[in-house]
Amino acid sequence: MNKNEKAGYDRREFLLGSTAIAGVAAAGTLLPGGTALAQQGKLKVGLMLPYTGTFAQLGVAITNGFKLAVDERGGKLGGREIEYFTVDDESNPAKAPENVNKLVQRDKVDVVIGTVHSGVVMGMAKVLKESGTLWINPNGGAGAMTGAACAPNFFRTSFSNWQTTHALGKVLKAKGHKNAVFITWKYAAGEEMMEGFKEGFEKEGGKLTKELYVPFPQVEFQALLTEIASIKPDAVVAFFAGGGAAKFLKDYQAAGLKGKIPLYGSGFLTDGVLDAVGDAGEGVETTLHYADGLDTKKDKAFRLAYAKTYKLQPDVYAVQGYDAGQLLAAGLDGVKGNVSDKAGVIKAMEAAKIDSPRGTWTLSKSHNPVQDMYLRKVVGKENKVQGVAWKALADPARGCKA
Amino acid sequence: MDFAFFLIQLLNGLQYGLLLFLVASGLTLIFGIMGIINLAHGSFYMVGAYLAWSLSSMTGSLTAAILLAIPLTVILGMALERLLFRHLYQRDHLYQVLLTYGLILVFEELRSLIWGDDVHGVAVPALLNASIPLTDNLSYPVYRLAISGVCLLLAAGLYFLIQKTRLGMMIRAGASNRDMVQSLGIDIKLIYTLVFALGIALAAFAGMINAPLSSVFPNMGGQVLIICFVVVVIGGIGSVKGAMAASLIIGLAETFGQVLVPEVAGMIVYVLMAIVLVWRPEGLFGRA
Amino acid sequence: MKNSRLIGFLPWLVVGLLALFPLVESTFYMQLLTKVLIMAIFAMSLDLLVGYTGLVSFGHAAYFGLAGYALALMAPKYETVSLWWSLPASIGVCALFALITGTLVLRTRGIYFIMVTLAFSQMLFFIFHDTKLGGGSDGIYIYAKPTMKLGEMELGSLEKLENFYWLVLLLTAGSYLLLRRILGSSFGRALLGIKVNEHRMRALGFPVFKYQLASFTLSGALAGLAGYMAAVQYGFVNPEILSWHQSGAVLMMVILGGMGTLYGSVIGAFAFVLLQEVLSNQAWFGIAAKHWQLAMGIFIMLVALYMPQGLAGLAQKFGRKPAEETSDE
Repeated sequence: MNKNEKAGYDRREFLLGSTAIAGVAAAGTLLPGGTALAQQGKLKVGLMLPYTGTFAQLGVAITNGFKLAVDERGGKLGGREIEYFTVDDESNPAKAPENVNKLVQRDKVDVVIGTVHSGVVMGMAKVLKESGTLWINPNGGAGAMTGAACAPNFFRTSFSNWQTTHALGKVLKAKGHKNAVFITWKYAAGEEMMEGFKEGFEKEGGKLTKELYVPFPQVEFQALLTEIASIKPDAVVAFFAGGGAAKFLKDYQAAGLKGKIPLYGSGFLTDGVLDAVGDAGEGVETTLHYADGLDTKKDKAFRLAYAKTYKLQPDVYAVQGYDAGQLLAAGLDGVKGNVSDKAGVIKAMEAAKIDSPRGTWTLSKSHNPVQDMYLRKVVGKENKVQGVAWKALADPARGCKA
Repeated sequence: MDFAFFLIQLLNGLQYGLLLFLVASGLTLIFGIMGIINLAHGSFYMVGAYLAWSLSSMTGSLTAAILLAIPLTVILGMALERLLFRHLYQRDHLYQVLLTYGLILVFEELRSLIWGDDVHGVAVPALLNASIPLTDNLSYPVYRLAISGVCLLLAAGLYFLIQKTRLGMMIRAGASNRDMVQSLGIDIKLIYTLVFALGIALAAFAGMINAPLSSVFPNMGGQVLIICFVVVVIGGIGSVKGAMAASLIIGLAETFGQVLVPEVAGMIVYVLMAIVLVWRPEGLFGRA
Repeated sequence: MKNSRLIGFLPWLVVGLLALFPLVESTFYMQLLTKVLIMAIFAMSLDLLVGYTGLVSFGHAAYFGLAGYALALMAPKYETVSLWWSLPASIGVCALFALITGTLVLRTRGIYFIMVTLAFSQMLFFIFHDTKLGGGSDGIYIYAKPTMKLGEMELGSLEKLENFYWLVLLLTAGSYLLLRRILGSSFGRALLGIKVNEHRMRALGFPVFKYQLASFTLSGALAGLAGYMAAVQYGFVNPEILSWHQSGAVLMMVILGGMGTLYGSVIGAFAFVLLQEVLSNQAWFGIAAKHWQLAMGIFIMLVALYMPQGLAGLAQKFGRKPAEETSDE
């Protein structure tokens, strides 16, 4: 789709959206007693996340993280107790508008938290832009959400796909690599990460020799690994996730490319799969907004609390869920729990400085985190932090006229 | 692409094809001999992979895990045939589609309950954990070659079983005329149970032996299912020979497709299937 | 017969009651009902194939999804599009696609037919998933709902959810009547004849292939109607709407309701959606709702084993004459 065309429309939509919100806010303050009434009821939080299917684990981690943030505040946000409503989105975009409607129209939630799958995020965006419901996205990195389709009520506490690979350009340059090959699945997230890397690398004078795509969600990489061997680039950059990532790392090693052509990637390449791949991941370097061994006070405390509560080690998804809770807390504190003052909540969230396990971050104008991207290296079973690859990286938010 | 790399890609394509054959062979047997359309075939593949992982982490050896898991899957296959599939032989394919669609959901959720939703790796047996160098920076894992060998053996074994043995003769007769075989005093019910269990075990075995290459992860069965359908339909339903030929064709088409026409790589196999069906509606080796 | 009159009247009563629903609830449940009705059209279109023509298609979502994409690609970004031409055009695209694929897939039978229809829908899935044509895997938006204008007069804005609901209800009832008409005609009887015994019909000189192709095309067109409406409802289409899961779900609705009855498809769509809603409801089942698909899977298997005639068959068991025979005297 043509991004500029979309942008034109969104500008109009955005203006309409802000008037609507101003109207809501005005109604909230004008109605006598409205505030007091609102504060007595519980705050309705809708969780729309995958609880079945391939991404079930991510849905659980995000939920755990979010609830941990709430529990740390005595089970209250902005002084109000929380009532949870849960919808399993099955990672099915075809059902996304209907599923988010369950929360917005049926349960009449005050805020929607979700989700993992980019396609579902796009379906949610359509409905939530019209309804104006507060929305915090704790994962799905679709660029459009805080780009061409951005809206004042849309917030993200995770990343844009572009962000997760953009810093790699600098990294590769610093290592003296002049050209590289990018390999990923043929779908939106993969293409956006490819774009992010390409831009960053070319700015540094590097050359992206070839873009290689595997049909999604296939995991047979042999043909393209052979192609890589024949191209002989200085470096390979990859994005796969979950089972695909595990298989790619193993195949890369088995094909004998490991150690010959250095492998880099978006952090998801090596997150959650290191137990599965044995030593095939060893030494792979990736960029992401979270890493093992950050050793900040906040991170240590978070990991301890998470492990104690859930008997599990937290991952980047848990952090993103946790920060969704923190961001919402900041918003509600700003209006003393009066969520009907939507403009007030939005303002407070925009101004928030989130003290996250990943380090402090703020929101960009389009409501995507401006955050440090870490360079990580696989050492044993950990994505050990090597340093900051890019300080306070902001998504360019193309097409967002906010 | 120079000639050396062309040869390597050829090898890749053939190997991928053999891998597909491993999974598709069980499907084509159940299809062809019992006339059962089994959407849950991919789920048995997944069950095999998860068994290989959990048993090999218990016993420390993939070989031991496979030896333990095969009887388990045979029993699973026999039980399912007795309890569920037996009721559907005389009914429209529709109900088979439905039943096995339901089975997919059940197996996915049971997998989630029993083994969780994590990604797991299975170690390559130490004996086969080596690589053969092909070019200065590319080598070929021995384990892949070993799998190809197993596939060829399996293909030969199946061919022998069906064409040369008494059981095979009964199976073939049962496929073409159930009632006649029954009246000859052969226990067709038992034969069906055995064939079904064999088909299930083949799918599960494919999952087990492929686990070190593929890793073990949720929904892994769904990915392999549809492509296996394509294999079976192109090859001709029920034909082991056809499944082998179709697997190799698809393996090559996908391999070269990804390299030469990456934009449309995803749909190549389906176009191929459409062409074959227009040309030979019963598949390459199917009975008209 | 009094009794049969009553049964013949029943569908109208149902439509009448449904038409009043927006007065009771006009947000979530009305939208859910709209979706159910759209799925009912979709299921009826498949019933025409499965229940009346004897062809089990496992790729029917292709036509459903194609119509949605047709609308999305035809609709201009800044203005609204007229229902009067965009709806027939979308349906036309689906009919044409069904005509082309039909001439190919109808060369096969049985398991092959199931598989080939699946292959064509997968092909379409990858076309939309892998190319930028329809926004790739992220899908594409339809920014404004189509307009219904008579001259300069707006007949009712579809931005109003009630209006859209009524339109869909009207189309569902219309599709039902149309199919009843067609199936009651000599064409419909010929289809049933082909379903029962293809060879005999051929021997009798019926152009079997042409009849089947006509049925296949009509079925694709009707699925297109449903797909168009589904795309309008939420203004969002994604490759997933033409995935094989969608094809499986609609097949489930047809069988659950009772195939070869038409009204069974409507009942099936209701029951299927309701079941999903109930089983996945965390308020009722708590933590167990996370594994709702387990219950769903078991239920589907039970239907396959013990309820081959679906809910409609269940109703008939209780000593009633099938409404099918009585409603179109």
